[in-house]
Amino acid sequence: MTVLETTGLTITLDGQPLVRDVSLSLAARDRVGLIGESGSGKSLTALALLGLLPPGMRTSGRILIDGEDHLGAPDRRWRRVRGRTVSIVFQEPLTALDPLMPVGRQIAGPLRLHQGLNRSDAERRAIEWCDRVHLPDPARLVRALPHELSGGQRQRVALAMALACRPRVLIADEPTTALDVTVQAQILTLLDELIEETGVGLLFISHDLPVVAGLARHLLVMRTGRLVESGPVDDVLRRPRSGYARQLVASAAQVTRLARPSVHGEYR
Amino acid sequence: MSTPLVEAVETVEAPDAPARRRRGWRSPSFLVGAALLLAVLALALVSLLWSPYGLDHTDPTARLAGPSPQHWAGTDRLGRDQFTQLMLGARTAMWIGLASVAVAFVIGVPLGLLAAAAGRLAENAVVGVIDIVIAFPTLLLAMLLVTVYGASTAVAISAIGIGVSAEVARLTRISASRVFTQDYVLAARTCGTGPLMILVRHVLPNIWHTLLVQAALAFGVAVIAEASLSYLGLGTPPPAPSWGRMLQEAQSTVSVAPWNVLLPGLAVAVTVVGVNLLGDGLREVLDPQLRQERQAGER
Amino acid sequence: MLSYLIRRVAWLIGSLFVAGSAVFFLLRVLPGDPAVTLLAVGSSPDQIDAIRHQLGTDRPVLAQYGHWLGDLATGNLGDSLFTQLPVLDQIAGRLPVTVPLALSAFVLSIIVAVPIGVFAAVRRRGLLGVAVSTLAQLGIALPIFWVGIMVVWLVAVQWRALPPGGFPRTGWQDPGAAIQSLVLPVATLTIAQGSVLVRYVRSATLDVLSQEYVRTARSLGYSLPRALWRHGPRNGAATVVQILGILLASSLLGTVVIESVFALPGLGSLLLASVKARDLPIVQGTVFLMTATVLVVGLVVDVVQRLVDPRLRGSA
Repeated sequence: MTVLETTGLTITLDGQPLVRDVSLSLAARDRVGLIGESGSGKSLTALALLGLLPPGMRTSGRILIDGEDHLGAPDRRWRRVRGRTVSIVFQEPLTALDPLMPVGRQIAGPLRLHQGLNRSDAERRAIEWCDRVHLPDPARLVRALPHELSGGQRQRVALAMALACRPRVLIADEPTTALDVTVQAQILTLLDELIEETGVGLLFISHDLPVVAGLARHLLVMRTGRLVESGPVDDVLRRPRSGYARQLVASAAQVTRLARPSVHGEYR
Repeated sequence: MSTPLVEAVETVEAPDAPARRRRGWRSPSFLVGAALLLAVLALALVSLLWSPYGLDHTDPTARLAGPSPQHWAGTDRLGRDQFTQLMLGARTAMWIGLASVAVAFVIGVPLGLLAAAAGRLAENAVVGVIDIVIAFPTLLLAMLLVTVYGASTAVAISAIGIGVSAEVARLTRISASRVFTQDYVLAARTCGTGPLMILVRHVLPNIWHTLLVQAALAFGVAVIAEASLSYLGLGTPPPAPSWGRMLQEAQSTVSVAPWNVLLPGLAVAVTVVGVNLLGDGLREVLDPQLRQERQAGER
Repeated sequence: MLSYLIRRVAWLIGSLFVAGSAVFFLLRVLPGDPAVTLLAVGSSPDQIDAIRHQLGTDRPVLAQYGHWLGDLATGNLGDSLFTQLPVLDQIAGRLPVTVPLALSAFVLSIIVAVPIGVFAAVRRRGLLGVAVSTLAQLGIALPIFWVGIMVVWLVAVQWRALPPGGFPRTGWQDPGAAIQSLVLPVATLTIAQGSVLVRYVRSATLDVLSQEYVRTARSLGYSLPRALWRHGPRNGAATVVQILGILLASSLLGTVVIESVFALPGLGSLLLASVKARDLPIVQGTVFLMTATVLVVGLVVDVVQRLVDPRLRGSA
């Protein structure tokens, strides 16, 4: 069943359209990749799906969450779905986490907010979540501050936070872009595992075609605020219809060709 | 502030950057600030050529008179025309304000640049001096100097200038060291560009607008400081008029002539609000980067 | 932390030394003979010599300097030129006016301005938020003594509700009268300090609001006020401590002008009267003590900041 659906979503700033006529839909267990160059409007789309656009930006179209249109809804209604139905993981976990709050309490926060757990129950659940995202020594780690963790560990914390209240759709906005290549692969594996386990639907946003292609089943290609292509990953990769998608596929193939010897050889 | 947002704003804004700059000059803070300051400046400049009465003119028949066609702003207890005093006071305020800011910049900017350009040791030393001068408030410095030299315009300018210079030096050091750690400065250094050349080519072009905004704000601080000093009887000595002393004299007659208090206080406020708005406006106009960051950062 | 504390205290002692030296050299070494400027024109050479001897300016500069530093280290600030009383005693006699004035204005402006500043930040686009910011801007631009005079005119002259100035001769023996005479000065100082604080708190709050972790909290279902409550205090604490330090110092300095407006016999009016009478020992002693207070507050601020921000603790 469709959880999140947009039709004709358009975002404008001072009358200038930044995102035009974007329609997409996500159900549980869906894996949709959204790819596009920086500035193409994909992050704005993600923020719009949670009603978190910066003030001054105007939206039109429809954003249906469980069949209810949330576009232009008051913050009170958005708050009921944020974290509970739709969650998001941002690009830079260092700044997305409170630098001065122990990570356990940051994971426990939404549990207390949405499920009314008391502090000790919430902290226990936070430890469980740390375990599920494969953080080492969870009981001790929950007391650490973000800067005491590695970049990959921080992103695992962010994932635990986003998934703690069992949302049915997870938006991942370039979640691996700020990470080392090896760590990136680990996080992608973890995401794959968590989707299988929890059945959450994924909207994975990236500018990196190989990364998206590895995780997604359906691909959306965005350019200058418009969706220029949409289809199953294999189709888009084999038979890109738009000129931009053809370029993306070609350059990704070239990089892969160039990189192949080092992938099998001593890479890093 | 997230990178994607900045990029998004850039892609939209970049094509018509000149248009945005034009719009910048129309920023309301800038216009209102400039208008207020120009009004005060006009008052000061006109007083050089003309004022309703002479500086020493007293009207014994109209002491503590309210506003009237003869005396637009009334008279004080000696029968002096308050509007004349106000105009001449504007001159004092502008002059001391400008001179103090000049002193502050002549001391502060080289000190700040030196701290940023020199090694760690020199930087620490200069930072230490700045900290102490900041702890040493303008008012106390003025009091020390007045004790030794007596109250005079020069003492007021030196005290305010030195007091404000610490903040100027601090800001110069911070903005200049930010430039010094940029990659392009490092690149220039590796190419063998000397420190002086780096200063002229990279540092100054990148910090002058910050300093200009600071100059506007410092001017406001100096005007308030001048008024406070003359209110306490430590500023420009009589007969040169000053808003601060007008207020001090008006205080004793506030029960019978409250209007005499209103105008000089408003004059100070208009000047200070004017330069503060002008500073805000300048910041928006001159620093497009900050403008974008602010737009993107607000949510 | 301990090694930091030791270094910071050493730094403070160094600063006190520099400040003491600055006071000394500003007064003694710059051109001009204090003894001559102190006396009326036409004083006899004997009188000048007597003053010189009392000031110690008949001795070599270095000896005077050593003497001044030694006195400072032992807490001796010399005697007044005119009353011959020890400077320290005179200062101590003024503290019962100045300390309550500065401290209550400090505390009151925190109580009033912090909620207003947070409100102005959260509602910065709303009419009320803009109005509050504008008022605060005006409060900063208005000279504090002008505010004082207007307050006197309104409350003391028009309403006759409170005395326009002065302080009971008997001091705090009659607490009611003493408090009554401090109400208007404290209110004036609070208006001035509070305006500054509103601006600081507003921008500190805006800073927290623009952080990505606030967006994260909102993406998890927190309302803006709850997100601010969750992240604001711990992340704003370091800034707030610094602001409070500045505020405490400026409250102390504000008393100089306020005491003059309300004719209060405090430290500020002692200083002002001594400047006008050119009572050098009192001026240099008071100025040094005030500067020292500001420096000590700075030390406390730095130490507390390190305590509230664990990220600073690690770095040297």
